[in-house]
Amino acid sequence: MATNKTVGKTNTLGLTREDYKGNKSTLCPGCGHDSISNQIISVAYDVGLKQENVIKLSGIGCSSKTPAYFLGRSHAFNAIHGRMPSIATGATLANHELTAIGVSGDGDTGSIGLGQFKHMMRRNVPMVYIIENNGVYGLTKGQFSATADAGQELKYYGKNEYPAIDLCMEAIVGGATFVARSFSGHAEQVRALLKAALAHRGTAVIDIISPCVTFNNNPNSNKSYDYGKANEIPLHEIELIPEGFVPEREEISIDPDKMESYEAGQEILVRMHDGTFIRLQKVGPDHDPRSKAQALALLEKVGMEQLFLTGLIYYEEPRPTLLDTLHVVDTPLARLQGDTLRPPKEALDKLMQSMM
Amino acid sequence: MGVIDLPAESQMQQTGERIVNDFSFMVATKNGSGSQTSNSTIVRALFKMGIPVNGKNLFPSNIKGLPTWYTIRVSKDGYTARRSRVEIVVTFNEMTAAEDIVNLPPGGVCILPQEWNWTKSRSDIIYYEVPVKDTVRQFDIPTERREQVSNMVYVGVVAKLYDIPLETIHQALSDQFNGKPKPVQMNYQVVEAAYHWAADNLQKLDRFHIEPMDKTKGKIIITGNEAAALGALFGGVTVTAWYPITPSTSLVDAMLDYKHLRRDPVTGKDTVAIVQAEDEIAAIGMIVGAGWAGARAMTATSGPGISLMSEFAGLAYFAEIPIVVWDVTRMGPSTGLPTRTSQGDILFTYFLGHGDTHHICLIPGSVEECFEFGWRAFDLAEQFQTPVFVLSDLDLGMNNWMAEPFQYPTEPINRGKVLDKEALERFIAEKGEWYRYRDYDQDGISYRTLPGTDHPRAAYFTRGTGHNDQAIYSERSTDWVQNMERLRRKFENARKVVPQPVVDYDAGKQIGLISFGSNDPAVQEVRDRLAAEGIETNYLRLRALPLTPNVHDFVLNHERIYVIENNFDGQMAQVLRMEIPGDTRHIRSLALGDGLPMTPRWIYDNIKRYEGK
Repeated sequence: MATNKTVGKTNTLGLTREDYKGNKSTLCPGCGHDSISNQIISVAYDVGLKQENVIKLSGIGCSSKTPAYFLGRSHAFNAIHGRMPSIATGATLANHELTAIGVSGDGDTGSIGLGQFKHMMRRNVPMVYIIENNGVYGLTKGQFSATADAGQELKYYGKNEYPAIDLCMEAIVGGATFVARSFSGHAEQVRALLKAALAHRGTAVIDIISPCVTFNNNPNSNKSYDYGKANEIPLHEIELIPEGFVPEREEISIDPDKMESYEAGQEILVRMHDGTFIRLQKVGPDHDPRSKAQALALLEKVGMEQLFLTGLIYYEEPRPTLLDTLHVVDTPLARLQGDTLRPPKEALDKLMQSMM
Repeated sequence: MGVIDLPAESQMQQTGERIVNDFSFMVATKNGSGSQTSNSTIVRALFKMGIPVNGKNLFPSNIKGLPTWYTIRVSKDGYTARRSRVEIVVTFNEMTAAEDIVNLPPGGVCILPQEWNWTKSRSDIIYYEVPVKDTVRQFDIPTERREQVSNMVYVGVVAKLYDIPLETIHQALSDQFNGKPKPVQMNYQVVEAAYHWAADNLQKLDRFHIEPMDKTKGKIIITGNEAAALGALFGGVTVTAWYPITPSTSLVDAMLDYKHLRRDPVTGKDTVAIVQAEDEIAAIGMIVGAGWAGARAMTATSGPGISLMSEFAGLAYFAEIPIVVWDVTRMGPSTGLPTRTSQGDILFTYFLGHGDTHHICLIPGSVEECFEFGWRAFDLAEQFQTPVFVLSDLDLGMNNWMAEPFQYPTEPINRGKVLDKEALERFIAEKGEWYRYRDYDQDGISYRTLPGTDHPRAAYFTRGTGHNDQAIYSERSTDWVQNMERLRRKFENARKVVPQPVVDYDAGKQIGLISFGSNDPAVQEVRDRLAAEGIETNYLRLRALPLTPNVHDFVLNHERIYVIENNFDGQMAQVLRMEIPGDTRHIRSLALGDGLPMTPRWIYDNIKRYEGK
């Protein structure tokens, strides 16, 4: 691809979209993951994200390679298989001013990394956690992952006999406060969810069905591109209304669990921790993401009927983040220097005296 | 010359001489009965009397009920190693009493509950029977405290029989309970009653005596794990992530206890975050993330945790991220003996990770060094941008040791080659570039930036995959080899900087002893004993891996080298044979590995066997 900069077009930081790119992708041409990388680039450019304050984190797998392909001015850490959540936990503890974007896959999150995934959410580690979910292991050439639906078939490995792990359901049960599902073929929705997730103060999980063009893209597979295009059922159109922009209407304040339905075109305004709103304009089945009961019931139905529903599935006012619970100083721990790190000699002498 | 529990015991009874401040107690109780308080009270009281003392807890992996032993050694000569034989046993556990009594030497002493009506089958020892239940019954003690307080009966009897003043016991109890009057009184009343009962009813028949000395003045008494925690706090630790595992748990517990040392007086907030992870993998993952982002990050664990951490250790080594990992070693393989001491993780930790991996390991030999390495480990980790392992063990970590008061860190905090925004600006102005893994100084150590550095060229890609010196993914053989050569250069530089061994060397002696860690007191003692018999030895105590160059000289300058260690395979001997160029056939491995702290007796017997005397 030629690197012709779009002359004159810059964002609030005076940067071009080109400035948000990374290295050239080495994934298979047409990979859903590249599309997601592109949406990350677009969103970062659109919202004027300061790349120097971003950390990109990943585990192992095709998805985990992608941080090299976006936000080239951000520090990145491609760690080990399934353990990116612990890296994110430590890095955000060390410096809470960083914006953490994690990219994982269905193997990285749903199999080897399920434990760390759960505990990250339980601790409410502030980060955007993207799962590029294609139901298959790519780098090891086409084994089933734990998110493949029962009955799915693959070329070498035959039929999958086991029920799928629904990572959105795992996320909700695990304590995530922002849980969404999307489709890499639905760029607009991916962008809208990314914007909302970046504004969230806590773990924001986005499970994006992202077809593997090499190993799991035949039309019978419900993780294929054609299947997604034909069967995606978006719940709503999503828009982030920034802090300070008063919504046109008052927030609907009825108890979501008692709300029976809302009309097509009707909207729900989800208030975030800082006064930002997520506007959800209904286009699909009834769903209020502020209700955990509704969200779990919806996912149960999705599993039973193998539906491909996308949108913001669950949202709750975030609990304190891990760092909030630890009562540490406001300055990032990573920036502490000198005397702050070492108590004075008198403190040691006094202590020694007390032990004599 | 101290008693090294050598074959003099049989004469002991015949000669009948007074033995003052030179013997061992053993207290046998049930785990979870609260006897630790009683044992610590005796140790502290002896310490307050100025007598060199060391207490070792030999406890089971169990919460309540299984047998547990506590040995207390008093040594006028200041020896603190465990002796294989004890002279006085307090048998408060009927399950083990028979065995405990059988092991006593002639002239030994057994203190036991009267209510057992024990058949006194040995005529060559002295029995003191004490009414435990009746003594405790006099007092209104809550049911749940009664078992623990019962153990105060032997404290009172021991105090009377061996002339430990009651007011010293009271002070020791007060220390134990941080001066809280209620528990002090509840325990002390029982001590006092037992003391008076013993005064009225027991006739002292044995020849062991405690007399005040002045040999502990200005000293402290502390466990290695507490010392390590303090060292870390004075070393500027900012993130600790951990998962509970015996025997390292008390290290992090102590960090929590002393966290106030790192509290900002103005805001009341801490400058250190301590997180209990879901497992050891997450614990090391968190500190790798934190170390990468610029924290001084550490964890504490033991063998099984080290196994789980191996993949991350390799990543941190290869991606060059500073972290500190304490391995308070217990007995393996596998779950092994979770509450028994070992030095069996040397080889595994030194090479932890797949591929060509090797790590800096610090090996403290005293509680003073636990403190020192507690802070120094961070400086080395950040200087070399690599994991630093500290190999302590259960004996050092969990037992109480006398020590000199800790010395305040002698060197300023060293954050290593970190380029902040301004430094990066200057660096690029001067060199025209900055690449993460380029060896600008030819010392193998590159310059790093931290995430969040506000400079468009600060970012780099951290990865465990092959990379060139620009941190870009590379599968080229030349890039791979170049990187590995730089890592080797870095490691060779570390060799010159890690703590030097402590060497006692006189030219002309033909026997060299090499040891490390918690074996030191036993080795020191055995050297004195051997010298008294005319067997002169030199001694080198290793304090780090990789081996410093002077270790080579020490090995090659002796006719015979004994490597004394507390593991089964002689792991340090293997390291020496591996790393020392030239003929090392004169290295003889003396490897114990029975789960208990090293004894001078065992070393003595083995050296004597080989020396043929």
